[in-house]
Amino acid sequence: MNRPAPLSVASGRRNTVAVLANVSLLVIAACFLLPLSWLILASLDPQASYQTQFPSEVSAANYTAVLTPELTFVPLLNSFLLSGGTAVVTVLAAVLAAYPLSRYQMRFNKPFLYVVLFGTCLPITAIMVPVYSLFVQLNFLDSLAATTLFMAASSLPMAIWMTKNFMDSVPVSLEEAAWVDGASAMNALARIVVPLMRPGLAVVFIFVFIQAWGNFFVPFILLLSSAKQPAAVSIFSFFGQHGAIAYGQLAAYSVLYSVPVVLLYILVSRGIGGSFAMAGAVKG
Amino acid sequence: MTAAEVVARDAVTRGGTERRGRRRPPGRTVLRLLPLSPAVVLLGVFLAGPILWAFYGSLTNAALTGVAAKDPQWVGLENYTELLSDPDFLQSLWLTVIFVLVSAVLGQNLLGLGIALLMTKASKAVSAVVGVCVVAAWVLPEIVAGFVAYAFFNREGTLNQLTALFGIEGTDWLFTVPMLAVILANIWRGTAFSMMVYQAALNDVPEEITEAAMIDGAGGSKRLWYITLPMIRRSIATNLMLITLQTLSVFTLIYVMTAGGPAGASTTLPLMAYEEAFRYSDVGYGTAIAVVMLLIGAVFSVIYIRALRERKG
Repeated sequence: MNRPAPLSVASGRRNTVAVLANVSLLVIAACFLLPLSWLILASLDPQASYQTQFPSEVSAANYTAVLTPELTFVPLLNSFLLSGGTAVVTVLAAVLAAYPLSRYQMRFNKPFLYVVLFGTCLPITAIMVPVYSLFVQLNFLDSLAATTLFMAASSLPMAIWMTKNFMDSVPVSLEEAAWVDGASAMNALARIVVPLMRPGLAVVFIFVFIQAWGNFFVPFILLLSSAKQPAAVSIFSFFGQHGAIAYGQLAAYSVLYSVPVVLLYILVSRGIGGSFAMAGAVKG
Repeated sequence: MTAAEVVARDAVTRGGTERRGRRRPPGRTVLRLLPLSPAVVLLGVFLAGPILWAFYGSLTNAALTGVAAKDPQWVGLENYTELLSDPDFLQSLWLTVIFVLVSAVLGQNLLGLGIALLMTKASKAVSAVVGVCVVAAWVLPEIVAGFVAYAFFNREGTLNQLTALFGIEGTDWLFTVPMLAVILANIWRGTAFSMMVYQAALNDVPEEITEAAMIDGAGGSKRLWYITLPMIRRSIATNLMLITLQTLSVFTLIYVMTAGGPAGASTTLPLMAYEEAFRYSDVGYGTAIAVVMLLIGAVFSVIYIRALRERKG
């Protein structure tokens, strides 16, 4: 994997630097990995504790114990509905909103972008108390659809400016050709701009999906019945009820809940190729 | 790549074109703005609405239950005067400042930059391994990261196993030094974001420039200080803005690890707002804390945007 050292006057010193850099990076990697190793080891160990230890017998007992409909499947399905819905709504609204902002010079652009920028800066945690009151008044509490829309709204500011920046880098000349051929703006957006910015949109989609999947606080406040709660919330109740006894099961449950986002992240970063930071890491 | 840059650039490019304005058919602008409507409706109902309500609600004694729930009374600035004389709030504010400064501005930012810089020197394979390890903590859902950190700092946890290796008797980190524990956990969890921002930024620094500086005799630290860092300063500013605001609203990680305890020793503002509103059912007071957080967020964003624009000009 090592590239041959480039022929250069300074290549001798570069090698020393490279060794130092490699060693320090490996130390950092070990520090980051250490806490995670507990998660994996404990999930395979029927006698798990909070200690990081190699299991005396490796077994899938923890996994089979938590793989029940009410504990895992239903919450995971809810998570998929919630995160998928949030990501779809967000990306659609963001692409539509980004188009006029990116393509037309309008009086309206600058104030709107300021508002969007302010929106990206809002600590969403801060508005959960008023949002709860809003949901009570509109009778939206415990509604998956309303929670999805709220989560989409809260990720929209970030998504809009990411999308607008990706769109800015798509040359207008291609669309102008389409306009000359008689395509409408929306047509040009769907047929030319969106396909060209697919990698960017994938980044936005994944970004929103992962955020929604991992979001604990919002569904914790807005969804009440356990049949509707996503895995993030049900895993927390499990921690509250059994966490102090069933370490292994908690770890197994955590792994199951984390796998989808990790897989999605890897899949998409491979698909996107060089344009995403992780791509190099995954491809090796 | 940042919204701030976009705004700043628009401010520059627009000045001239605006006044020249030819008369346009009035319908066209409306038609052009139409695609914005779904976003505007969503943002209006679910973000702007609650924010405006927060300012109003913080001036009432709204509650979840009891008389005040049905018929909240206007109490003026009472919630805010109460806040300012509440030692719990002042402590919470201070803890939030420490949490943001140490775990985000110092920890994540510098560590992320350091890793990204080291990666430019290290072999591809090592960079890939480190990238995966650092990003793994970030990709994990926040609540799982919370469990993992809880297990790590627990009295029977991995950290004490490590200290035992050196013959030091550990302690219950979550109880004796809760802030240190949550700060380290947040650095562990959040550094990947800064790392990726800086990786991308460093990729865009043309090699010829650093090489030219090398030929002119600039050493490694000089090249870093006078060439690389100034060239990625916009990414630095953006990154600082984003991680500060992310860290400001961290709730789950702390909630799982310490629940704000012991005795409020790790209760940052998000936890305090939650406790007041949902545990003690004092929505008005909780909303007042929320408004304070919103204002802090607004101040931060204004500072960063200004810094961005000044350096541009």
